[in-house]
Amino acid sequence: MDIPFRLNGEDTRATTDDPTTTLLDWLRESRGLTGTKEGCNEGDCGACSVIVTGPDGVPKALNACILFLPQLAGKAVRTVEGLAGPDGTLHPVQQAMVDEHGSQCGFCTPGFVTTMAAAHARGATDHADQIAGNLCRCTGYAPILRAAEEAARAPVPDQMSEAPVCASHILGSDHRHPQTADDLADWYIDNPDATLVAGATDVGLWVTKQFRPLGKLAFLAGCDDLKGIEITEDEISIGAMCDMETLRHAIAPHFASFAELLRRYGSVQVRNAATLGGNIANGSPIGDSPPPLIALGATLHLRRGDDRRSMPLEDYFLDYGKQDRQPGEFVERVTIPRQSDALVCHKLSKRFDQDISAVCGAFNLTVEDKTVTAARVAFGGMAGTPKRAPATEAALVDQPFTLETLERAAKSLAKDFTPLSDMRASADYRLRAAEGMLRRLASNAPSVLEVRP
Amino acid sequence: MTVAKPLPHESARLHVTGTARYTDDVPAPTGCLHLAFGVAEVARGRLDALDVSAVRAASGVVAVFTADDLDPMPDCSPSLHDEPLLCTGEIHYAGQPLYLVVAESHLDARRAARLHRAEVTEGAPLLTIEDALAAESWFDGGPRVWTDGDVEAALAAAPHVVTGQIEMGGQEHFYLEGQAALALPSEAGEMHVLTSTQHPTEIQHKVADALGVPMHAVRSEVRRMGGGFGGKESQGNALAVACAVAARATGRACRMRYDRDDDFVVTGKRHDFRIAYEVGHDDAGRVLGVKFRHWTRCGWAQDLSLPVADRAMLHADNAYDIPAMSIESWRLRTNTQSATAFRGFGGPQGMLGIERVMDHVAYVVGRDPLEVRRLNFYADAEDDRTGNGRTHYGQDVSDFCLNALVDRLADTSDYAARRARVAEWNADNPVLKRGIALTPVKFGISFTLTHLNQAGALVHVYADGSVHLNHGGTEMGQGLHSKVAQVAAGRFGCDPARIKVTATDTGKVPNTSATAASSGADLNGMAVKAACDTIRDRIATFLAETHQADPASVVFAGDAVRVGGESYPFEKAATMAYAGRVPLSSTGFYATPEISWDREAGRGRPFYYFAYGAACSEVVIDTLTGENRILRADILHDAGASLNPALDLGQVEGGFVQGAGWLTTEELVWDERGRLRTHAPSTYKIPCASDVPEVFNVDLWAGANREETIYRSKAVGEPPFMHGISVLMALSDAIAACGDGYPALDAPATAERVLGAVRAIS
Repeated sequence: MDIPFRLNGEDTRATTDDPTTTLLDWLRESRGLTGTKEGCNEGDCGACSVIVTGPDGVPKALNACILFLPQLAGKAVRTVEGLAGPDGTLHPVQQAMVDEHGSQCGFCTPGFVTTMAAAHARGATDHADQIAGNLCRCTGYAPILRAAEEAARAPVPDQMSEAPVCASHILGSDHRHPQTADDLADWYIDNPDATLVAGATDVGLWVTKQFRPLGKLAFLAGCDDLKGIEITEDEISIGAMCDMETLRHAIAPHFASFAELLRRYGSVQVRNAATLGGNIANGSPIGDSPPPLIALGATLHLRRGDDRRSMPLEDYFLDYGKQDRQPGEFVERVTIPRQSDALVCHKLSKRFDQDISAVCGAFNLTVEDKTVTAARVAFGGMAGTPKRAPATEAALVDQPFTLETLERAAKSLAKDFTPLSDMRASADYRLRAAEGMLRRLASNAPSVLEVRP
Repeated sequence: MTVAKPLPHESARLHVTGTARYTDDVPAPTGCLHLAFGVAEVARGRLDALDVSAVRAASGVVAVFTADDLDPMPDCSPSLHDEPLLCTGEIHYAGQPLYLVVAESHLDARRAARLHRAEVTEGAPLLTIEDALAAESWFDGGPRVWTDGDVEAALAAAPHVVTGQIEMGGQEHFYLEGQAALALPSEAGEMHVLTSTQHPTEIQHKVADALGVPMHAVRSEVRRMGGGFGGKESQGNALAVACAVAARATGRACRMRYDRDDDFVVTGKRHDFRIAYEVGHDDAGRVLGVKFRHWTRCGWAQDLSLPVADRAMLHADNAYDIPAMSIESWRLRTNTQSATAFRGFGGPQGMLGIERVMDHVAYVVGRDPLEVRRLNFYADAEDDRTGNGRTHYGQDVSDFCLNALVDRLADTSDYAARRARVAEWNADNPVLKRGIALTPVKFGISFTLTHLNQAGALVHVYADGSVHLNHGGTEMGQGLHSKVAQVAAGRFGCDPARIKVTATDTGKVPNTSATAASSGADLNGMAVKAACDTIRDRIATFLAETHQADPASVVFAGDAVRVGGESYPFEKAATMAYAGRVPLSSTGFYATPEISWDREAGRGRPFYYFAYGAACSEVVIDTLTGENRILRADILHDAGASLNPALDLGQVEGGFVQGAGWLTTEELVWDERGRLRTHAPSTYKIPCASDVPEVFNVDLWAGANREETIYRSKAVGEPPFMHGISVLMALSDAIAACGDGYPALDAPATAERVLGAVRAIS
């Protein structure tokens, strides 16, 4: 197939027989652009970060190692080699990294400067969050953060503005590149064994790590009608293709704790690619969006051809690796009923940023006159699926909102969950920490992340 | 003066523009083949049969080598010749290479390397310390024991005796650039090998052995690594040997890089340790005698485990003058990756043992741990009243400065007032607790294998005044090339822009030691100085003759050479010297003086000098979940008269964060069958940007090395790593505020371990 996009300011076409060729491999092997590095080949280290600008004109950092070429059709890609000006003047981020001694071995540096240049172009100043997806083993990050602050004072250079890309149509493809949900629905019902590729933050690893044969593929990047968020008086409706970074910002005014959870979901690069639909549809017991959505009483909307059905999100997760989804059926959107914000999320992981949860708890308690009148409690990492805690909820409802009530309810967690031990945490710790999360609801202690020196 | 300036890394501009080339960035020659290992999935067993027919038939596969195809089997060990390239029957760990795939592409090779069928009689793997002890599975013929003074008598006479133990996990290097090599076959059986390695001579040696050719037939080269940290001292041997063997067999260039998961699963890591202690002390906390027992899991092969375990013993005193000490060290052979060098090389583990002792003793006597630490310090070199202390291995501690240095840090970090504020906070906050700790570092500088303390350099001054500089050290990000270029520019009095440091190459400087033990700048800087001085003196002699001046009066400064009232730009002086038929090329050599070490007896002066420093860390923990964070860190570090303060501060900042990672979030988990479950950054968590303390004050101690090192600087690669110990001790301090009893916190102190320790005492 023949995929048109722009590379470092020049229109180009990538030709490949393999629809899962990653941008990283293509850059390094077909174009000799070896500035973009392979560090982990799974989107966890950021050494392969590139800047991708879509039709909205917003430059975004993405991990090239799990980015398939067909996902780039019609977009502009800028690699580390394309950051300096035409006369060789370094981008302000590059210059600041030199001035602040931000590189030592230099291997992670191209990924840092691209990620930082994308953030710089958007005027983002939450530097530690912006580079949470870039690992450096040498510097301890201090000089890189100094460089980010230094560069923030400089204007965005001209080369960062990408003109619209002329062509976006992929030629000669044996795979599907739907441009609307209808288009996808029509095709998928006839090709129910196909693999749907949204952001590829999960599917990417099936390719780069597991060599899993994927059969026919549908690349959903063109389905703009699945990306939107609509907010009405009654509900917040989120399209399945809404990326996590967009969701994070859109949800912040409504559910602050959910947004803070999403701040720690993957990294900027992962959130720019990962979709809400993907995070739900893959059925992972440790995806971070289902627990808060379940606690908020969200409804999942599935579509198969022209047939649509809805269900409480928790009902979608049947068992480990098993979801209530028919062949040819896909997640179209998720709706959250509007409500006052009582949601508290607690994500527990070995590292705060860019780590998969050992336990993710979401607590939505309605308290009236110091009495709990309603409770929706959901956890990830405590069972084979994201799951509500019915016994715990029952122990809370109609009880005074006190530490004693929470401690009593915490004892019910063992009835609701029999967690596993794995490399992230032991079963015992998962249970104890979940109890701690519940007890913590009665405390006004801030998160350790909010404690200042 | 170029030396001591905070110049940027010599490759900084190449780094930020993506034009710095690493081994896998070197363009592949036409027809280049790609390699991958097929690896064992069980930790111990007998490989009864290996069917690679599906591997051979896979798309793109050119050749497959099994043990049957290689006779003799090449060895990859840096020490005991106990690491066959491929499994020869006995499976020693899950991840051990069984066969080698040679294919047209990296992906073809990786895909094919999963297609074998192995018939294995699985055995019970030796995974734990207990497993190994029960099976009497160890290296070095049993425990190594060093004794200094009468420990039994000291313990018997001590007013108090405390016992305890600490477990500390290993650590994956997680160099951002994985292991990589490229072999280019040449005429007459010669081989040119490019490897991401800290030890090009070892690569040359192992490749020559594998090919059955003299070392002169192998040229080993490395321009730079994307991080090493000890993980590329010996772990690159297998890739270079595999590439060379395949290149010879196929006549084509061969390259190999480990995918990150393979890198985790195949290569060695930091040694994990258990250290038990029995310590006698008085009411004030003065330690009178300590009995240590060290157990470390070395993995399946000996690799560098003996000197690592030795260095742990050598740092069992850290900064403390302890009258009597004994150490018994067990080097256990287990069915896991062969643990290897990692920044500090056992030093951090040994040091953590005694720091735990100080913390525990302070708890028992009810004093601030810093007071107890100070009480036990060696005397500062300037303090004539007490005389020098002597280590448990008999070396005089004649350059100690930690009394003064710690006083300064306690002052600048506002330690006393903050300790009081921590106590106030803890009284007011039931859920969140803070902790603070200030810990010292004394780290011995030199290879303990004395003959490794040598280095060579090769310097050419061209007729246009440009300088080609080559030396035996390798660049892995630490800024070694920048420092030696500064040394050369200093000797020639020229603009550093004239100096080009070229790729480390065994064809230019032979018989090099690994760039390890923090020794790179000390050794190679001196060798470069010697080479430059030779050329400089020749130019001076020549110009003095032509100007009828005294050679000693010729001045090299300001990018010019002044002689007899004339001043020539450096390039003009070079041109004149060339025209005057002056040899403008020289080698240089250096061997560290005054060191000697009897490993058997555990006595001598293994170290030329010590590097010092101290760190103060403050943390907060959540007592309901165990979550924890570093809030502030203040570090004062002794780099002697720094060759480049910017690079040295970078080593200190980076070392601290890496050390803190080792002791907090970086957890290696093997399952009950011995398979490493944390084999990618998704499951193994090194620190990221938000883990850096919000307040992070790092400074260098102003003081020249008392020994005659290069410009009186001190080695700085490894010592700052151990400042991370302050974080573990601060966590212990925070946990101690949660109840009664000593926390006895093990490492890594994940949220899970912190919560466990909180619950154990509350």
